[in-house]
Amino acid sequence: MVVRPLSDASPRVRVQHGLFDVAQEVAALQAQDPRIGAICTFLGTVRDRNAPGAVGSVQTLELEHYPGMTEKSIEAMIDEAHRRFDIVGARVVHRIGVMHPTEPVVLVAVASAHRGQSFQACEFVMDYLKTQAPFWKKEQTAQGSQWVDARVSDDAALARWGIRKPNA
Amino acid sequence: MQVHIKYFASIREALGQGGETVDTEAHTLGQLRDALVARGGPGAQALDRERVLRMALDQQLAEEDALLRPGCEVAFFPPVTGG
Repeated sequence: MVVRPLSDASPRVRVQHGLFDVAQEVAALQAQDPRIGAICTFLGTVRDRNAPGAVGSVQTLELEHYPGMTEKSIEAMIDEAHRRFDIVGARVVHRIGVMHPTEPVVLVAVASAHRGQSFQACEFVMDYLKTQAPFWKKEQTAQGSQWVDARVSDDAALARWGIRKPNA
Repeated sequence: MQVHIKYFASIREALGQGGETVDTEAHTLGQLRDALVARGGPGAQALDRERVLRMALDQQLAEEDALLRPGCEVAFFPPVTGG
């Protein structure tokens, strides 16, 4: 059996307009290292309503970002995840531009030898990304468009990891 | 010194531009913000101290006391909402 060499050819962080294929991303991550025995993925998708209980009203969601800083900041988050957890690899794909409800927005995939570390690291990267990566969402509804407000609960989620960098 | 400024999201919309290069006597990020507010116009409200906004210096999140360098890249934007 041929074991593929460790490779950095596949970037850990991608920001793109187009859709992504979760299975392909997971396969690429897994192919990087035969020590991997667990891959945890988080997939964020576009909701049709922002407030809980609201009647579906979001027609489109538009995401803007800070090219250059976005990639650097997420790379730094993955580096931090490697320091904190015993993980083998990770990748993040985040979409920008105009999206519709039910479409995927973000994928965080983390690989480790056993499940515990990848579960934790996946949540850690996502909590970090929500409050520290320079993305902004704008919702289009029948009433017009509006920028989405940051949530204090996301700051609290990051604080659980001992990181106090309030965003909202 | 000359600094390159970028604006994003609601701040960009309020200012009607994605960025500008300015000559400033400010030494820190906070002083630059004050100088931009003092110019008046749409930036005065968008960058007002009453508003919660975040700042970056050379593509890293930074605080008011961060020191500017000639030619540095500064950014002003609202709280982030990705993911």
